[in-house]
Amino acid sequence: MRTIAIMNRVLKELIRDKRTLALMFVAPILIMLLMSVIFNTNSTTDVNVGTVAVTQKLNQEMGDIKHVAVKTYDTKAAAKRALQDEKIDAIIKKTGNTYDLTYANTDSSKTTAVKMAFKNAVTATSVDQLKSALKKSTTGMAKLQAQLMVMQKQQAASTPAATGNAAAAKQAAAAKAKSTTTATKSTSQQAPKITNHYVYGDKNTGYFAKMLPILMGFFVFFFVFLISGMALLKERTTGTLDRLLATPVKRSSIVFGYMLSYGILAVIQTVLIVLITVWLLGMEVVGNMASVVVINLILALVALAFGILLSTFANSEFQMMQFIPLVVIPQIFFSGIIPLDSMADWVKDISYIIPLKYSGDAVSDVIMRGTSIFDEGGNILVLLVFLVVLTFLNIIGLKRYRKV
Amino acid sequence: MAQAMIDLAHLAKKFGDQTVLKDINLTVNAGEIVGLIGPSGAGKSTVIKVALGMEVANGGSAKVFDTVMPDRELLGRIGYMAQTDALYDDLSGEENLKFFGLMKGIAKANMAAEIAHAAGVVDLTADLKKRVAGYSGGMKRRLSLAIALLGNPELLILDEPTVGIDPALRRQIWAELGKIRDEGRAILITTHVMDEAELTDRVALLLGGKVMAFDKPAVLKQQYGVNTIEDVFLKAEGVEQ
Repeated sequence: MRTIAIMNRVLKELIRDKRTLALMFVAPILIMLLMSVIFNTNSTTDVNVGTVAVTQKLNQEMGDIKHVAVKTYDTKAAAKRALQDEKIDAIIKKTGNTYDLTYANTDSSKTTAVKMAFKNAVTATSVDQLKSALKKSTTGMAKLQAQLMVMQKQQAASTPAATGNAAAAKQAAAAKAKSTTTATKSTSQQAPKITNHYVYGDKNTGYFAKMLPILMGFFVFFFVFLISGMALLKERTTGTLDRLLATPVKRSSIVFGYMLSYGILAVIQTVLIVLITVWLLGMEVVGNMASVVVINLILALVALAFGILLSTFANSEFQMMQFIPLVVIPQIFFSGIIPLDSMADWVKDISYIIPLKYSGDAVSDVIMRGTSIFDEGGNILVLLVFLVVLTFLNIIGLKRYRKV
Repeated sequence: MAQAMIDLAHLAKKFGDQTVLKDINLTVNAGEIVGLIGPSGAGKSTVIKVALGMEVANGGSAKVFDTVMPDRELLGRIGYMAQTDALYDDLSGEENLKFFGLMKGIAKANMAAEIAHAAGVVDLTADLKKRVAGYSGGMKRRLSLAIALLGNPELLILDEPTVGIDPALRRQIWAELGKIRDEGRAILITTHVMDEAELTDRVALLLGGKVMAFDKPAVLKQQYGVNTIEDVFLKAEGVEQ
């Protein structure tokens, strides 16, 4: 009863605070749109390569690679000047049989792209060389075979000695084997046809697709954390919390009232974000969308409990903001946006206390693999443990302001 | 002797190393207005917080309605007005009253009548639909008082209720407080305005964490040999120093 009244009041206050409401709903959409534009166009890197004294063949091969432009320079000095002027991103110089590669290296993705392109071009040219060599050897082989045939015929004509016959048979077998290998080789010279199959998404699926499920959770966490923390802080500083606690209301009713109101808000926010990402950004949701909403709702409640708890350690709105770099930002690093596999073990262990990691894992599974929410029991259980513990701490924590 | 609504005996309270209250003896009886005066930082608000059960005393006993505080259920029978206005700015006056009415446990059927009565006392009936953010300082104070009056509580605890209120309205409020007293309810009030202290039935002078004097205003004036409560206050303070 009182819980519902508190919920109504918090919702009413929120609805009247138009700017905060806009922040909660418009800001995530805006950021997501921006990110999708930025990350998707950045997935291809255009590089300019300057070459000095490199074979025509290699130049051509490099130029044929997509997003690579080749400029030839006569001297290394000229190429270096171009590199200084940022006209090119790398120099390839051939001296004798060795290649010297110089990278501007101001953008590591460009350096990687050049390395890849160079490697591919070198492989392509050497494959061409191999091909022509192979052609030569095949014609040689044909000659050899003809000779063999002649030899065999000669041997067959002469009266066969037992030993001689055996040797001839051996030779014939060897020749046959060789001819079959050349046969297979000649078929393999035809370029193999490659068809790509994508389990999730299509060839345009980029890094953003991996970030999206986690980002979704992050926005829910960030805004609920901040706004609920601020709201309770305001109750405390304006004295309404004291006044509230001077009535027979239970401490738990206050906490649950806040949970209900922000829970409703988080559901709306999540639904909106999911719809935007599906319709506007064309995200593919393999699993059940309701599961996504449920998981984000639990995360929102964890964020709420977290926000309320930390607001008791802040004396002003500015001090509440100071928790953002301490509490919110580190969550991004361990949420799985940056692959955890590549981190050191002790760093990886930190991720176990990050709520966003669990929701990120669960939502990623649902969206990208179509996992059922019931198979995400582990992640959800951990989130619920967070929720119960934090809620309990909050109810206890309100004892600071009223002893019963 | 009338029934004691508040009974504080040998109350002591410390915050960390700082001793705020040393030995407080204070009773508020039914049908009585008790004034609590003292310089800033004397511990007036702490006395109130202990009486409400927001803080627990380190020594002595704090009883309200013969029950040892803190006790959550009892709070429904106490009307409390804090020093700060403590209102929700984004809600209208009426919504504030309704919310706190619900928190106090007033039945929905009586709510409208209760709100109308409390708003009438503080002369806010015309402004109930406006948002509190647009209220003047005095209006906020009055709304805050109206919230305390909701539900006809048997005991009113008012922390500086008349700060920023016009003289005419102040008189009106005191008339209402007098009516409440005559109904047999009790009021504990802290104030800085000394002529208001004259209007109370008994005055407790809080100084240095102790109740220096506690009696009828007239008796106190006689004791200290002065003409006003203000002089009593100044004299008592002088003795302390």
